[in-house]
Amino acid sequence: MALDGSLERLRREGRIVVVGASLAGLRAAETLREEGFTGTLTMIGDEPYEPYDRPPLSKQVLLGRVPADHTALPRRRAIEAQWRLGAAATGLDLSAKRVALADGTSVEYDRLLIATGVRSRPWPNELEAGLDGVFVLRTRDDATRLRHRLKAGPSRVLVIGAGFTGSEIASVCRERDLPVTVAERGPTPLSGALGSVIGDVAAQLHHQHGVDLRCGVMVTGLEGDGVGRLRRAHFSDGGTVDAEVAVVALGATRNTEWLAGSGLAAGPRGIACDAGCRAFDVRGIVADDVFVAGDVARSPHPLFGYRFLSLEHWGNAVAQAEVAAHNMICRGEERRPHLWTPYFWSAQFGVNIKSVGVPNMADQIIVSQGSLGEHRFTAAYGYQGRVIAAVTFDQAKWLEFYQRQIEQAAPFPPPFATVDRRTEGMRPVPAGFPDPSVPTHGPQVTVSGYSPTDQRVTFTPAGHGHHA
Amino acid sequence: MTSVALLGQILDYANRADPYPLYAELRRTPVVRDESGPYLVSTYWEIHSLLHDPRVSSDIRNLAPEAKTAPRTEDPDLPPSFIRLDPPDHDRLRRLIMRTYGPPHAPRRVYGLRGEISGIVSGLIDRFQGRDRIDLVDDFSYPFPVTVICRLLGVPQEDEQRFHGWADTVATAIEPAVGTPEEQQAHWQAIREAHHQLAEYLSGLIAQRRRAPREDMISALATDRGADESPMSLPEMLSNLTLLLIAGHETTVNLITNGMLTLLRHPDTLKQLRADPDLVIPLVEELLRFEPPVQLLPERTTLDDIEIAGTTIPQGASLWLVPASGNRDPRRFPEPDRFLPDRPDNQHFGFGSGIHNCIGSPLARLEAQAALAELVRRLDNPRLVEDPPPYRHNAVLRGPRHLPIAFDGLSR
Ligand SMILES: Cc1cc2nc3c(=O)[nH]c(=O)nc-3n(C[C@H](O)[C@H](O)[C@H](O)COP(=O)(O)OP(=O)(O)OC[C@H]3O[C@@H](n4cnc5c(N)ncnc54)[C@H](O)[C@@H]3O)c2cc1C
Ligand code: HEM
Repeated sequence: MALDGSLERLRREGRIVVVGASLAGLRAAETLREEGFTGTLTMIGDEPYEPYDRPPLSKQVLLGRVPADHTALPRRRAIEAQWRLGAAATGLDLSAKRVALADGTSVEYDRLLIATGVRSRPWPNELEAGLDGVFVLRTRDDATRLRHRLKAGPSRVLVIGAGFTGSEIASVCRERDLPVTVAERGPTPLSGALGSVIGDVAAQLHHQHGVDLRCGVMVTGLEGDGVGRLRRAHFSDGGTVDAEVAVVALGATRNTEWLAGSGLAAGPRGIACDAGCRAFDVRGIVADDVFVAGDVARSPHPLFGYRFLSLEHWGNAVAQAEVAAHNMICRGEERRPHLWTPYFWSAQFGVNIKSVGVPNMADQIIVSQGSLGEHRFTAAYGYQGRVIAAVTFDQAKWLEFYQRQIEQAAPFPPPFATVDRRTEGMRPVPAGFPDPSVPTHGPQVTVSGYSPTDQRVTFTPAGHGHHA
Repeated sequence: MTSVALLGQILDYANRADPYPLYAELRRTPVVRDESGPYLVSTYWEIHSLLHDPRVSSDIRNLAPEAKTAPRTEDPDLPPSFIRLDPPDHDRLRRLIMRTYGPPHAPRRVYGLRGEISGIVSGLIDRFQGRDRIDLVDDFSYPFPVTVICRLLGVPQEDEQRFHGWADTVATAIEPAVGTPEEQQAHWQAIREAHHQLAEYLSGLIAQRRRAPREDMISALATDRGADESPMSLPEMLSNLTLLLIAGHETTVNLITNGMLTLLRHPDTLKQLRADPDLVIPLVEELLRFEPPVQLLPERTTLDDIEIAGTTIPQGASLWLVPASGNRDPRRFPEPDRFLPDRPDNQHFGFGSGIHNCIGSPLARLEAQAALAELVRRLDNPRLVEDPPPYRHNAVLRGPRHLPIAFDGLSR
């Protein structure tokens, strides 16, 4: 391969810095080595742990089946990196090509990958958030603490927000036979991610498993017992519930504060990048040496009208990291676009939920196989007459077929006959996504317009109203 | 529209020993109509896509009667088993079987058989003592899987011989009937009779286990109340237990026999396996790719027109997928005609794919791994007596009828 001199030098002895030492950061580092990068590789991460996996935290770890410190990500290969764990990046100087760290030191780079992900949106009232018994769940430490508390057998657990994470936590509580109340501002659980038609099925699962589900209400306040322990929650409908544990599952915020003033197009909705994972600056011009991957990225997707998508999906972090790493050390014409079709899974109440595409762009839905009532089905989502997404409940084996339909922009409703078509599969209905100006909790795909510097916050899962 | 005349040649016994050149010819047109009617699909990605396509049905009641050509193996007096049903019936029955057979409800069912499997293997090999020649099929591969199925289901040891007899007869239904019309008539009569006796035997066992359940799979099935759906009726149990017997019998026999045949044709690999028994794990996967016991998946039906690889398969067509050809597709597997025991990224079609993928695969893997590792360890200087060996007639479940092996002695 004929490489020009400077690229050759970069590959041989360049300095690559990765900020965010989790899934995307690790997979990018492995890809860099895999593709022949032999220079210095620095991994900066503010958590003290080597990269670990998050999906088990709300599932096997909370259930007590897997200890939180047994979630280390499997390594695909050695990466020979300099690890700066426990050190947060605090600033970026684009012209000096330097990352500043919290300990006062700094690291220079020839290429930078930003993979700082997201964090849980905290309970908005700081005093209440500080009560003993109030939790969020994003990190290993969060999971250890929450698991410990669940093991102690609290009288009741309140889950605030019924997105995927909140629903999984509620499911674990029921499996542990703990009384649980779920409060959701939207009309059903999962309505932000999957719409209320599917959300109604999710609600049935909650009820069937003994969850005290309250939809269309906000938690307005958390009340302590005088010595700083959570005792009670107040709802917007005037009701209350006594609980010793509250888990705040109100979605996530992008970790971009450290980039304020850096000149990158970074904001609360993430860092905008092009399809090749190169970061945009605030002028809308791509930077050649700064790349973005994982939950923190917003990137335009050709399948969805080149709109910018922010995806909080495990598979996206891996695929995007691989593309970013490749593009960091190759010639311009060898760059690859990140064309990954969004894909997500969840396990709750004994049901395996999977989705592909971007459900919350859809206007209509049809149950193309199976039946909502049986809680086993495949549903296709339509947008302007084409298939844009699909979701399966315990029917994951069909998902791939629908992924191809999405990728081929196949017509909606699907015009063909299939196995297991029921009467409810004869006619599409409105998918029931809430008005984007009334946020629900944790839609894990955010579609955010065409502009790289679009920082309006119109569809971010907002916090609950402040207490009255 | 182009068509080929290859299905006849594939089914022709003269090509049984080496069908792979025919498959290579077939792959020149990934999806093609055979003169005899069915559409043949021979390339990896096209097979994969059709195995995951909800417009494709496994229920032969969707197929026009004149399009049905493959021999029937099931008891005509019982409802279809789930391998020949579509969702939702397929899913319900498969779920109910899985509740008694695999995780999460019965996670130890298969794994728990490991000790017994290695005991059965040792016992069968011990019987080679004092001989310098065996027929691997009759002396080992054939009796082995039925014994394992009996233990899995919970057929008492004293009944195993009778069970073997029915299993053998029922399995012959897979072969095309030969001989005079009277002989063919007698052949089908015998099979029907065996089905009846098997069904009667199983009903008795189910009734017994219902009264006094044990730890076995029949007890679990007989006493299961279902989770949120109706449990299996007695005819459904009979039909699907028979399916386990049939689907897990000839296939496993052929995997083990093909395995020894392939090892004896690749002496270096055989040596490697003897030195490193753990190699058997990837080796069995490569075997399932290279010499799959299920070569063809005949008679699926299209519920709608399907456009694939530049061809439109019309609604109502009979589809024959050729997984053994997909397994040798150079667009999916580099150097597909080489047997590479530690081949990486080996997503073969040996156990099918999609909703009908084999539920017996964990068990079949354990059996084949145990058998091949132990045969290779204990047989001293094993050699093929004839190559190719004589094959069974069946082109779908393809494998040697006999595999004579000479050897110098037996290790402990
Ligand atoms: C409880 C839970 C369950 C989940 N379940 C599923 C699931 O079932 N299916 C699915 O598809 N996805 C699931 N996800 C989402 C999935 O885990 C994420 O998509 C994935 O972790 C994204 O990886 P990432 O590397 O982009 O970001 P992260 O994993 O968020 O990693 C970012 C890292 O950067 C660090 N960091 C942040 N700022 C700085 C800084 N300034 N300096 C240094 N380091 C910094 C963070 O501490 C973190 O370690 C789940 C997530 C959670 C929390
Ligand atoms: C080497 C041994 C085996 C091979 C190669 C094999 C292969 C296959 C294949 C290819 C299929 C897919 C059929 C289709 O798509 O129509 C299948 C299905 C099936 N197999 Fe196996 N099999 C083996 C052993 C077993 C065993 C031991 C059992 C039982 C314990 C078993 C039970 C089944 C059943 C029940 C099905 C139907 C599944 C369904 O329709 O959902 N198989 N097998």
